Formats: sequence, C-alpha cells, structure tokens
Amino acid sequence: MGKILMKGNEAIGEAAIRAGCLNYFAYPITPQSEVAEYLSRRMPEVGGVFLQGESEVAVGYMLFGAAGCGERVFTTSSSPGISLMSEAISYISAAELPVVFVNIVRGGPGLGGILPSQADYFQATKGGGHGDYHLLVMAPASVQEAVEMVMAAFPLAEKYRNPVMILGDGLIGQMMEPVEFSDRLISKPTNKDDWATNGMDTRKRNARNLVKSLFLDAVQLEEHNLALKAKYDRMKQEEVRYETYNIDSDFQALIVSYGTMSRVCKTAIDNMKAEGFETAMIRPQTLFPFPVQPIRQAASKDGCEAVISFELSMGQMVEDVERSVQGKRPVYWHGKAGGEIPTPEEVVDAVKSFVKTK
Amino acid sequence: MAKTYRKPEALADQPTHYCPGCTHGVIHRLLAEVIDELGIRGRTVGIAPVGCAVLAYNYFTFDFQEAAHGRAPAMATGIKRVRPDLMVFTYQGDGDLASIGMAEIIHAANRGEKFTTIFVNNTVYGMTGGQMAPTTLPGQRTTTSPGGRNVQDVGMPVKIAELLSALQTPAYITRQTVLKPKYIVRAKKAIKKAFQYQMDGRCFSLVEFVSTCPTNWGKTPVEAIQWAEENMLPYYPLGEFKLPD
Ligand SMILES: Cc1ncc(C[n+]2csc(CCOP(=O)(O)OP(=O)(O)O)c2C)c(N)n1
Ligand code: SF4
Repeated sequence: MGKILMKGNEAIGEAAIRAGCLNYFAYPITPQSEVAEYLSRRMPEVGGVFLQGESEVAVGYMLFGAAGCGERVFTTSSSPGISLMSEAISYISAAELPVVFVNIVRGGPGLGGILPSQADYFQATKGGGHGDYHLLVMAPASVQEAVEMVMAAFPLAEKYRNPVMILGDGLIGQMMEPVEFSDRLISKPTNKDDWATNGMDTRKRNARNLVKSLFLDAVQLEEHNLALKAKYDRMKQEEVRYETYNIDSDFQALIVSYGTMSRVCKTAIDNMKAEGFETAMIRPQTLFPFPVQPIRQAASKDGCEAVISFELSMGQMVEDVERSVQGKRPVYWHGKAGGEIPTPEEVVDAVKSFVKTK
Repeated sequence: MAKTYRKPEALADQPTHYCPGCTHGVIHRLLAEVIDELGIRGRTVGIAPVGCAVLAYNYFTFDFQEAAHGRAPAMATGIKRVRPDLMVFTYQGDGDLASIGMAEIIHAANRGEKFTTIFVNNTVYGMTGGQMAPTTLPGQRTTTSPGGRNVQDVGMPVKIAELLSALQTPAYITRQTVLKPKYIVRAKKAIKKAFQYQMDGRCFSLVEFVSTCPTNWGKTPVEAIQWAEENMLPYYPLGEFKLPD
C-alpha cells in the first residue's frame, strides 16, 4: 500500500483497526476528538465497537471490562481526560490487563490550554493513579511513527499484560503528514484463557477466572507487587527504544528531546553543524523504560560539556536525564509550556549558553 | 433418603464472611439458583463491588471481575459491548451505586445496556462502619449522622428504582426484599425475569433489595428485619416499577 496524506488523529484511529483492535471507548476532548469522530464512522464499517462513554471515569472502566474478557481495546484522550482515567489505569495495571491509551497532551495544569505540550511526562511515566505501577510509554515524533507505535502497542500490552500509553502532543494529533500502513498482521493473544473472564464454556480448562486487584493478605500483596516489579524490570531490559542524531560527531553538547520538540532540535543541530559547532541528540522513543544507559554513555564521551533536556514542559524529563547522567556532566533544562514551540534559533541560543568553549 | 435441599452449582461450598442476619447471603443464594436454572453458569461474568460484597466472587463458581467503588456498571458495559453473548451482572450496595457510582448506573441504564444489576439497599455504608448513605432514612442515626439524618441539611433519601424508572429508555426495574419467606419467592422470580430480559437482549434490568445491616444498625437479626419492615418498606415500596414493553 502506498502513502496517503492523513491527519495524525485519524491515522491513530486507523492504525488501531489495522492492528486488529476493533473496540474503542472514548469521551471527546480537544485536541484529539477527531479520533472519536473518525472511529464512529469506521468501527461500524469493520464490524467493531464504538461507544462514547459518559465520562473518562466510565471509559476507563469500560476498557477494564472489555480487556478483562480478553478483547483488544483502546481509547484516546487528552490531559484532563487522562487525569480522570487515572483511577482506572491504576486498577487496570493492578489487574494486569492489556489496554492501549493514547494521550494527545495539551497544556496544563487545570484546563490549561489546547496547544501542544509535553507536561504530562510525570503523569505518564511516574504514575498518576495510586500505587506502585508503570505504564509502558512510547512517544512518537511524526504521524508515521504514531501509526507504528499504535500498532506495536497492542502486542506489547499483551506480552506484558500491562497498559501501554502513546504520549503524543497536540501537534502530532493535528498535523497532516503522509503515512503508510503496513499490511503486517498482528496475531491475537494466545494466553487469554489462563486469566480472562471470557466465560468458562469457551475454555478447555474447567476452572473459573478472576480479574481483580484486592489482596488483603500482606504476604500476597507483597508477592503481587514483586511480580509487577519483575515485569517492569523486564521492560527495562527488553523494550528500551531510542533514536540518535549526529551521535558520531565530536559533539560538545548532548541534547535529549522527544516528540515534536525533537524535530525542532534536529533542525537546530543541522544549523549548528553548518557553523562548525557539533551537537548530538538522543531521542527517547520509549519514555518508560527510559534509555538510561545510552544517555549515560553518550554524555560520558570526551568533549561533551553539557547535557540539555529540551521539553514542552517546565522541566520533567530532565529529572530522568539527571539520573541517567549521574553527575558525570552538568545537566540543564530548556523549555516552554504555554503551547508555543521553541524555534531552532532559540534552541541554538540555549545550547550555546550552556557550553563554555565555543 | 432423598435430598430436598442442596447447594446450587453456581454457589461455592464456602462459609461467607457476612454477619449473622445480613441479607447479602440470601440474595447470593437466589442468584446462584437462578443461574443454575437458566443453565448459564459457563457464560456468566459477575462484577463484585467495593463494599461488604467485595469478596462475593469467593462464594460463586463462575467468572468474576472486581470493580472499583461505583464503577461496576461501566465495566459491565465494556464486557457486554465486546461480548454480547456473555451474561453479566453487577452486584452493588447503596453507597457504591447511589453515591459514588450514580453517574455510571444512570448512563448505563439510559443507554439500555443489556446487563442486570442487583442493588442491595441497606441504608448504610456497611463495610466502612455504618456511615450515612444517600439511602439513609430521615432521622436515622449512623456514624456520620449521629443526631439522625437531617433532611434540611443533606436532602431526602434517594429512591433508586423510581429514579431509574423515570428514564425514557425501556428497562425492567423492580424493588424486592428477602425479609420473609413470602418475599423470597417473589424476589427470586424477579431475578429470573431480569436475567431473562438480558438473555433475550431486551433491556437493562435492575432488582433493588430492601436489605438489612444488623451490625451497623446496632440490632439483632430479628430486630433488624422488624425495623426494615416497619421503616424501610413504607418509604421503599416493593413492586415492579418499569417493564420494557
Ligand atoms: C474510591 C473509594 N472511596 C472510598 C472507599 C471506601 N469504601 C469501601 S466500602 C465503602 C462503602 C460501601 O457501602 P455500600 O455500597 O453501601 O455497601 P455495603 O458495604 O453496605 O454492602 C466505602 C466508602 C473505596 N474503597 N474507594
Ligand atoms: S456489616 Fe452489614 S452489610 Fe456488611 S456483612 Fe455485616 S450486616 Fe451485612
């Protein structure tokens, strides 16, 4: 299949269908309502389920119920909506259900604004709901990558029986770009009979299944949390994804940036290179697990004087960059959180302000 | 010797944690009998609430999901939408359904979701120690209304069966009780009817139960039954409030 021009939000909806996910529950919110509008038309065409819930609170539990009986299911929302879903996300994580969430982040806190933002980094990677849990978080930098990540998210959610979140910003949702959908077929989960409440009659094993999160016994809850931790540790071993840019140069500064912000940084790096000033970038594609080792290694390279986290937030990812660099180099933050995106010139000026030898 | 009383297959061979005189146990048994009689154990999914019945799944022998407080109707919606062939019921208390989960139950009922709700109204938050619920009667003393429910301050108790019956979407809504054997026979018929409507893909169905909580009411089981009959039944009358046809 060739390339077609599509708006990010619609491409995300189509990608889920191509990934074999025919169940979608959502509540409208800018800047991603086009996904619901698109799927309200597309799901009936493919025999799928589309339901507009009464709130994001309810949507969170519609996902729980559907995933709990072993069906592929997903939702899309934006920041305030994800806050409301966070209760369900905690329960879904605890009950180990594979659900895919797409958060097209807008500015916050509170109602904030509807322009692009990366201010939900903490919420996505460090929790948001209660308890010790993690989502596997992926951050696309283009519409094509959003499509690929949505398609990859379902098998990953099923592999780990854990919710996966695609963290996009408003620009990824609103922008039109050429996209190509691979015809790669994604297999259905095979192990769901071991845990899903899909009705005893449909299973060979004559035992009932329970989907729950209550462990009143201290030893059992400890065991449950240890099992979850083992899963998150395994993600750290097996699922870290990142892209490098100009990393083989003799860079004086290392940029860490993701999503839309990383595209601006690429232009800035090219512009600086033209002036004879080398900088490199690591672009995390997974925010949890975070590319700790690659950043540490790159930051330790001779000649690297500074590590700078560029973000559309007031400095959230920079904390993960600091823990990656472990004090080996000075770590700085530069960003904006009102909805404006720093220009390449602004990035260049910021980089130069942090580097002494020019 | 012939056995005239046996445990339904859908009911687990387990003593429950419910207090003596609590109506949860009787309602569980009726549910299990209906599920056996309809032959649907292998395709039933129950949803346990947050409340005294949080461990309800320990007392049944079919698939179960455990809800967050008040969210069972949204979970049931999710299950029925993706697997309409499954038989789904939520089992909820009055704090769970009429307070924190009011939005979820009203919208599920209004969409006409094809599942069944068993609603146990004992006028208090049993599990957390008998606090006031939206269903607490006027003047009734609870741990958070020590002077009795003051309706000037917190309004009148919510009549869920009547409230949901006011929706325009077709549904089966009834209020029953298990306080006396004569009521139990009718209550079981109502549960069966509710499940039948679901099985036929007809409508949302809800059976409210006027129930007891002797422990938090500070009464013996016998006193609790008497109190419920004298005080609850006049305010929460029994009967069918809505039929889908
Ligand atoms: C979000 C949330 N808030 C509060 C609680 C605490 N809590 C547990 S059970 C309960 C009340 C349950 O009362 P009801 O639904 O009437 O059921 P009963 O125990 O009387 O059967 C509350 C408030 C909770 N578990 N979760
Ligand atoms: S506290 Fe009340 S509702 Fe809970 S089990 Fe005891 S009697 Fe029943």
